[in-house]
Amino acid sequence: MNFEFSEEQRQLHDVVERYLSEQYGFARYKTIKGSAEGWDPSVWRGLADLGVLAITVPAAQGGLGFGPLETLAMMGDCGRTLLLEPVLSSAVIATAVLRAFAGEQQAGALLMRMAIGEEIAALAHFESGARFESQWVTTRASRRDDGYVLDGHKGVVMHAGAADTLLVSARTAGQVGDVRGVSLFMVPSAAPGLVMDIYPTVDGQRAADVYLQAVELPESSRLGAEGEALGAVEGALDIGLAALCADAVGVMQAMVDATIEYVRVRHQFGQPIGRFQALQHRIADMQIHLEQARSMSYLAALRCTDEDVRERRRALSAAKAVLGQAARFIGQQSVQLHGGMGMTDELKVSHWFKRLTAAQLMFGDSDSHLQRYASLTPA
Amino acid sequence: MRLEFTDEEQVFREEVRRFLREQLSSDISDKVLNGYELGREDHVMWQRRLHERGWGGMGWPVEFGGPGWNSVQQYIFEEESALAGAPRLIPFGTKMVAPVIMAFGSVAQQRRFLPKISSGAEWWCQGYSEPGAGSDLASLKTRAVRDGDHYVVDGQKTWNTLGQYADWIFCLVRTDPHAKQQSGISFLLIDMKSPGITVRPIMLLDGGHEVNEIWFENVRVPVDNRIGEENRGWTYAKFLLGHERTNIAGIGIAKRELARLKRIAACEYQHGRPLREDPLFAAQIAQVEVDLWALEITNLRVLSAQRQSPSTGPEASILKIKGTEIHQSISELLMRAVGPYALPLRREAMEAGWQFDPTRESPGPRYASTLASSYFNQRKLSIFGGSNEIQKNIIAKMIVGL
Repeated sequence: MNFEFSEEQRQLHDVVERYLSEQYGFARYKTIKGSAEGWDPSVWRGLADLGVLAITVPAAQGGLGFGPLETLAMMGDCGRTLLLEPVLSSAVIATAVLRAFAGEQQAGALLMRMAIGEEIAALAHFESGARFESQWVTTRASRRDDGYVLDGHKGVVMHAGAADTLLVSARTAGQVGDVRGVSLFMVPSAAPGLVMDIYPTVDGQRAADVYLQAVELPESSRLGAEGEALGAVEGALDIGLAALCADAVGVMQAMVDATIEYVRVRHQFGQPIGRFQALQHRIADMQIHLEQARSMSYLAALRCTDEDVRERRRALSAAKAVLGQAARFIGQQSVQLHGGMGMTDELKVSHWFKRLTAAQLMFGDSDSHLQRYASLTPA
Repeated sequence: MRLEFTDEEQVFREEVRRFLREQLSSDISDKVLNGYELGREDHVMWQRRLHERGWGGMGWPVEFGGPGWNSVQQYIFEEESALAGAPRLIPFGTKMVAPVIMAFGSVAQQRRFLPKISSGAEWWCQGYSEPGAGSDLASLKTRAVRDGDHYVVDGQKTWNTLGQYADWIFCLVRTDPHAKQQSGISFLLIDMKSPGITVRPIMLLDGGHEVNEIWFENVRVPVDNRIGEENRGWTYAKFLLGHERTNIAGIGIAKRELARLKRIAACEYQHGRPLREDPLFAAQIAQVEVDLWALEITNLRVLSAQRQSPSTGPEASILKIKGTEIHQSISELLMRAVGPYALPLRREAMEAGWQFDPTRESPGPRYASTLASSYFNQRKLSIFGGSNEIQKNIIAKMIVGL
């Protein structure tokens, strides 16, 4: 047992922390959030130069070949600085999907370009009726000539608008809800018949609903064997979930820090409000939630690539359940203890609060993970 | 002991329902029932309707042009209004400053101000909080210095709800800087058109503009616009805060939103079944529903006691805390009910008139578009009107006696 980061992981963390602290202040974040695209290519280049985008790309594709612990080490600062660029979507999740097919020529080539920041990819998997069920795929891929035709609708695809390539899951066989019969396709975002409805999310990131109408694809755009892609998708989503947990812990730490600072300087009734025991206890509860969440972010990182799928999911569901509850408490109470100021757009607190709220809603909320945890745990 | 309202009260409820059926237009109630924003005009128009019916000064005695309802009738009116989707009453005129003017104002002030509050011709906002004086309101610093027939006001107020619409503001100002905190305060009525007043919007986390900062620079206010005596303003302020707390629990609104939650949870599917049938989600709806039922009865007990004496006691703090917790729980469940489709933030989809592209169902169901913003916005409930922490202090001190 050892919960220390390695020297290498620490260095990675320090590099990312320094870069984002210097380059990604609150004002920069607000400017990017208000821009048409909602992300900044120069930041993306900066992250590529630091190697952040290559962390989990295999060495054979020009990457660093690292795993979830290195991702854990750097995600907290992405959360803290409210990073809007698609690190989670492209450098973690899409990269994890493609890694499963890295031996294939097209996937390997895309990974190489992603590692140096030349291309962005996003996984377009969940659908409007799916809620949080990964096997809920209605999008169809029909065989035609020497390729496929895709028809369907993917909902709330994070960073789809920034992506050059979408990794789209579609049924080549089976019914909605079947585990088998899901195939995965590399779809250029400019493909004829692909329409995106791009919008900001509540936390200022960007997402899109993606409509596929008779999108024609060559056979070579399929990743892996036909109908056998769901395992790779779920594996990548689990890696993404662990990274999201780390991002959220970074936000929670920042909120707890900001709240402690605020109750020290805000005076009412002739003293700092932090002197009132009722508020001290509230902050103590926030601290407890934070440490519980941090523990589970470690568990998630350590287990998210476990070969034993059942154990992996059990751990990740436990982690997301605890994370969601902590995010809720810390987010709500941090706003509460900041009083009216916590409600304003002016303070970072409200922006962190919204990012945490979005994290609660992504990849399944606490309740759905509690239920999945119960179903996976022997009585 | 009985739970039911009296026959007369039931008759009154029917009268209110009939009025709402006849007078509340569907374009307004659609906005309210679906959580879309109301504009100034919607509120003013509704206030005018109420006024025409003689209900403009809802809680006012007959001698001041009100309908003379007791607190039970007011409760019934507000509950039915909420359920029907009528705009919530903007309280600053009718429920806050008007009772102060009636109790402590001069006859001239009563004649000048009350009719226009009732008719909606003049919009009022509140000037209590300051950047350094929130929970500790008595530490306020805005100064009013006497200069002949005027006061000269300098300072800054904040969290002025809908101050951008206001014609008048009632303000607590310090007239005696040397007196003990509470005893050097006066209560002024200030024309928002006075030179030297600047209103600056405060943008909230949901992107909405509902509160402001108001700056006063050498603003001249006629002494005639002072309520009651100089340096007695704290007494009037406390009286006002007591009135602010009638119907503070918002039972009717909570019932309406709970019904909406159930409708939405019936439309959302999880594992192929309506979310309404999901045991965990259903239990959370049930939890908030039983809490609401308990609070309704608690509220009715308070009202019943008020039939004898109309003042609102510290038990209003119980109603405030529990009421806001229930509103916040419902808004959170509403957001969670739509899952990932709570994430898209589309300003245009929050406007009542916005039309979906009928060829698409994007992004998500129509009812989802306002839910996250509403959840964020409702966090204010446990902060404003005396934070819930302050309310607990009141309960501990005034009810429990610790």
